[in-house]
Amino acid sequence: MGKQGIYPGPSGGEGGYDVAVIGAGPAGLAVACAAREAGAQRVLVIERNTEPGGILPQCIHNGFGLRIFDSDLTGPEYAMRWIARAEALDVEILLDTMVLTMDGAGRLTATNGRQGLIDIEARAIVAGMGCRERPLGALAIPGARPAGVYTAGTAQRLVNMDGYMPGERTVILGSGDIGMIMARRMTLEGAQVVAMVEALPYIGGLRRNLVQCVRDFGIPLYLSTTIVEVRGRERVEAVVIADVDPDAHSGPGGRLPTKAGSERELACDTLLLSVGLIPENELSRMAGVALDPLTGGPLVDERLQTNVPGVFAAGNVLHVYDLVDDVTESALRAGRYAAEYTGPDEAPSSTVAVRAGENVRHVVPQRLHADMAEAHIQFRARTPIEAPTRAIVRIDDQVVATRRLRYARPSEMVTVPLGPEVRPRLADAREVSVHLLSVEEEDTKRG
Amino acid sequence: MAEHQEFICVTCPMGCAIQAVIEDGELKEIEGEACRRGIDWVRQELSDPRRMLTTTVQVEGGVLPLVPVRSRDALPKDEILPVAALLRHVVLQAPVKEGQIVVADVLSTGVDIIASRDLDANEERGLGHPDV
Ligand SMILES: Cc1cc2nc3c(=O)[nH]c(=O)nc-3n(C[C@H](O)[C@H](O)[C@H](O)COP(=O)(O)OP(=O)(O)OC[C@H]3O[C@@H](n4cnc5c(N)ncnc54)[C@H](O)[C@@H]3O)c2cc1C
Ligand code: SF4
Repeated sequence: MGKQGIYPGPSGGEGGYDVAVIGAGPAGLAVACAAREAGAQRVLVIERNTEPGGILPQCIHNGFGLRIFDSDLTGPEYAMRWIARAEALDVEILLDTMVLTMDGAGRLTATNGRQGLIDIEARAIVAGMGCRERPLGALAIPGARPAGVYTAGTAQRLVNMDGYMPGERTVILGSGDIGMIMARRMTLEGAQVVAMVEALPYIGGLRRNLVQCVRDFGIPLYLSTTIVEVRGRERVEAVVIADVDPDAHSGPGGRLPTKAGSERELACDTLLLSVGLIPENELSRMAGVALDPLTGGPLVDERLQTNVPGVFAAGNVLHVYDLVDDVTESALRAGRYAAEYTGPDEAPSSTVAVRAGENVRHVVPQRLHADMAEAHIQFRARTPIEAPTRAIVRIDDQVVATRRLRYARPSEMVTVPLGPEVRPRLADAREVSVHLLSVEEEDTKRG
Repeated sequence: MAEHQEFICVTCPMGCAIQAVIEDGELKEIEGEACRRGIDWVRQELSDPRRMLTTTVQVEGGVLPLVPVRSRDALPKDEILPVAALLRHVVLQAPVKEGQIVVADVLSTGVDIIASRDLDANEERGLGHPDV
């Protein structure tokens, strides 16, 4: 976006880069800016798209930057501010270039149409590859695979950047933020959104999107409902929906169990899927980075460093964030730590594992150094608690931090900061654990 | 007659569920808002509900066929669909600058529609044309 020339290619030799970042999304841009500000001389960001900004140029809705910039920006506006900042800090951005390999010893290979294969060396590497969407194949929905089935993010790109409308009558499966935002987007472009269908008894995204994207336009929302069949030979003609049966076992191939006789058909020509995001970690695997099966992202310490020394992770590649402001804040920290990284002989200190405890789905970071200076423990609820809730961090049996929340919802990440005061406790601790307890429940337990 | 109504504040991502008691169109009691802006939100919803509009308009001669646009301030809720329909027929010439007015005082609402990114003209740079 904005004015950028074609950036000079990396000029190997001279000992390479201090920090190399894969991906110029909001995470990669913030990492690069922070690394420069922390004193790294040469910082390179490699981006496969022809412009920086990651997913943001297609997220034309507002809601970005409320905390970081104290203003309600659209995705492109938020991206432009960070691109300008990266340019002002002399970050090198290599566009239209795909990273092909990462080896775990500070080397990357990348390719573009101008330079062919490029070898890049850096003292620290930060993964900022973002995430991809779960496709229909992952859902075990029977029926043909006719044209007209898109992931919501693909449809968003088609509508907002390519000027192509995927269809006139749309059903949306899943109630994540992207799905809700696309429900409004299709409506504004004159299409009809027949229904939004969600398998869980609650919505997957933020409630503000439920109001301003779904209810405002009278779009029917079916909770505890799923799609059991896609009909149509060449093009989608209808989907069959049915009520989810919470008491039955799942069907063949992991299909959600549904109540017999509850099937009904919805005529449509398009099906959009908003059924989850998966961190993009092919390159991480290649470098020997250990992944957390719960987040789909790397296992990291409080500096967002993976098990491979000198390889860090930031943004949606680490765990899927709902707010870009949170992405930026954690990426700024990762950039600082990457700039401070001096090499593989940094004296390792012992670590303590962080475990997802009661009603917590997953937690990042997954381990803390006993001599840590600060940590931001980020986690999500397993099931919603629509009442005052306490977030609790324990070291072994000792509560070391709490945060009172008005409620806890899987769609909203919780952050609890820890400071150096917990260090003495960490020294010979067995584990750190995080929990979300409704205040009432907790009081009863205490007796 | 006092009437109970639930509002969800969309001012920030918290999305507070606010319980309000309304009598003759006036806000009498309010509960559930985490900050003062929630009260403003309910008052506004009662008197003159407004929403931001973000959409795209076509561009000729640009590196992309569309440019994203937004309402500078929130529009009356009932004007969202008519304004969106009107903007489907607007065509700009590249280059476009962020903040440039696309339609001034759209449908006499007093609100301008502005561009929300820069978009270069096609010859300026090969954005979207990797082989340039
Ligand atoms: C549809 C949608 C709507 C959203 N709405 C909001 C909202 O209203 N408010 C809000 O605050 N947040 C919102 N978010 C969240 C926020 O935008 C994302 O969390 C954020 O963009 C993640 O940033 P990232 O840099 O980690 O990933 P991305 O933005 O995905 O960037 C990753 C970049 O890495 C590049 N890349 C990947 N692999 C390679 C490779 N091998 N070589 C080179 N480059 C590579 C990709 O091309 C991409 O540019 C939304 C997200 C989505 C998807
Ligand atoms: S009341 Fe305040 S905290 Fe709650 S959603 Fe509105 S602005 Fe956000």
